[in-house]
Amino acid sequence: MAEGGNGVTGWLTRTRGRGRLHWTDWFSYGYLAFGVLLMFGPVVWLLLSSFKTDSELQRFPPRLLPHAQETVTLEGHAKPLPLFEVTAGELAGETVAQVRRIGLSSQVVRLDDPGERIELSLDERTAVEAPALATANYTGLFERFDFLRYLWNSTFITVVATLIMLLVNSMAAFALSKYEFRGRATVLALVIGTLMIPQSVVLVPLFLITRELGLLDTLWGVIIPGAATPTGVFLLRQYMLSIPDEILDAARMDNASEWKIYWRIILPLSAPAIAVLAILAIMWRWNDFLWPLIALSRSENFTLQLALNSFQGEMQTEWSSLLAMTVLTLAPIALVFVFLQKYIATGIASTGGK
Amino acid sequence: MTDGAPRRSVSLAVLTPLMSVIEWPMRRLQRHLGIRRLAWVFLAPNLLLFGLFAFLPVLLNVAYALTGGGNVLLENRPPVGAGNFVQLMDCESYLDPNSCDEDKFWRSVHNTVLFVTLQVGCMIGFALLTALVLNGPIRARGFFRSVFFFPVLLSPVVVALIWKWILQRNGVLNGVLGGAGFETHVWLLDAGWAFFWSVFISVWAHMGFYTLILLAGLQAIPRDVYEAARLDAASPWRTFRRITLPMLMPTMLVVLVLALIKGVQTFDEVYAFTGGGPGSATLLVIQYVYEVGFGGSPRLFGLAAAASVLVAFVLVVLTALQLWATRKNAHG
Repeated sequence: MAEGGNGVTGWLTRTRGRGRLHWTDWFSYGYLAFGVLLMFGPVVWLLLSSFKTDSELQRFPPRLLPHAQETVTLEGHAKPLPLFEVTAGELAGETVAQVRRIGLSSQVVRLDDPGERIELSLDERTAVEAPALATANYTGLFERFDFLRYLWNSTFITVVATLIMLLVNSMAAFALSKYEFRGRATVLALVIGTLMIPQSVVLVPLFLITRELGLLDTLWGVIIPGAATPTGVFLLRQYMLSIPDEILDAARMDNASEWKIYWRIILPLSAPAIAVLAILAIMWRWNDFLWPLIALSRSENFTLQLALNSFQGEMQTEWSSLLAMTVLTLAPIALVFVFLQKYIATGIASTGGK
Repeated sequence: MTDGAPRRSVSLAVLTPLMSVIEWPMRRLQRHLGIRRLAWVFLAPNLLLFGLFAFLPVLLNVAYALTGGGNVLLENRPPVGAGNFVQLMDCESYLDPNSCDEDKFWRSVHNTVLFVTLQVGCMIGFALLTALVLNGPIRARGFFRSVFFFPVLLSPVVVALIWKWILQRNGVLNGVLGGAGFETHVWLLDAGWAFFWSVFISVWAHMGFYTLILLAGLQAIPRDVYEAARLDAASPWRTFRRITLPMLMPTMLVVLVLALIKGVQTFDEVYAFTGGGPGSATLLVIQYVYEVGFGGSPRLFGLAAAASVLVAFVLVVLTALQLWATRKNAHG
């Protein structure tokens, strides 16, 4: 990726006009700023919202930052008491702590006189709040849902499917790039042919085949059908073609077996291409939805994506758990992105996605 | 591209036992078959997977499409000839889904055509604009490029939920609109708006991918062509029309066909976003296949397979176009 090696001077003079900003520069930066808002904004909003309490989530219009009601621990009261500001009546302007709520009224105490309980109507007070992160949404996930199971299912499928795909695809790519044999052109044509057959148009027969193999509603039923991708074969073959054949011949002189040549020489030398394919495969499998939706029916086999989707139907209003779960689902991909950005961009540009 | 030497050795340490176990039978095979025929051994697992999960399904798909009933086992399915196709295609007018026997299918076809047209059009338009801006003389290009790119990595369900949360009745969009004195909506319960937002989130999620490809295309245009245009004092618009656009055309063609292929297959994000609703306002054709085949009971595998065959036909035409465009691109 050409990044334009620009030093400090380049940074300062990178404008179209002579020193002054041309209108196209204004347009460019305006557009980019808008882009940052539109692309990052929704994710930031999700993140902020996931730290809000239930009542805060139902608040309209919503506030930007998560807030929580402040509490105070007073003498004679075991639990911390929520703080309120009185808006009307004798105590107007004062801050009080609520001891208990009774219907439309509440018993409160002054902070400096925790012994004396005062009746206060609910409409004569507002909660004292400050920005704070509520982590209950996240902890609730582990207590109330089988979150760890979905996480495990997703991880297992992603890791195993990626490993199988790398092994199988690199073997095929090795054969197609380093051997002259009759039928090679046919095989290459077949591989191209599979490009035309995405899973989404063969769902019914895939269902039957997976069922006949006894893999329906198992994690393997998601792993195996997804393991063969023409993209991987192409990507790796292209890279392996650039490895000189002389290396192989030298190894054969040393009496190395073909399998040894494959995994001791070709695989290590193809590491950059394999890394790119691995990242792509991890992304595809982690985000996979349609086939798992069909292949997995018991909720204990659900992946994170399926669990997310089914919960949004089941608990239409329970956004608190859903938001936290969404954040945790996108977190691994976000981390991969942060650390391996360059590989991803290169990989996707060179394979044309899936 | 760089590679981490330590990472390589770590992965080798994990692989070594496994690979050594395979080594022995492979050596035997090699002695038995000779080096050339060993290629087929290397190909075998991949070809087996392709055969089992790509080629066999294509044949079976046709078999399903020509049979009826609710049984999944082919031997128990009565042949109905072209019955499923007739049911799908039986229409007084293809422009009016209500006049069709299988009106849901045609509604999904209509929706998909409109969806793909809008989505691909908007997406390529914005991707081109973004690529042009990113290719311009700007600071922090790498950062901005990642900003537009990162939604590509999000899962469709996550994309759907992020936007559903923003668009919900008491969501932030209604909050902002209400605060500014505009009309608020229950966005996803209104057919027109639901469709608009489905297209929107789809463009939002996939635009970065096409931006990346177009940007690579732009960066491949030789600098001296622009230099010549500058010496001729050509206006920016003229430079764009006469140089950038024609030289970017091959890339644009590839991007267009790729976007069409993916657009036709759209399912995940719209399904998680609207569920095809309200009514069938955002029902796309893959969701139709899913619902007919797997969504309810009885499972109409025949009808689903027949619809798949029709979609596959469109995709084969598009993929042939893609291969042609890629080849044309590669040969200049």
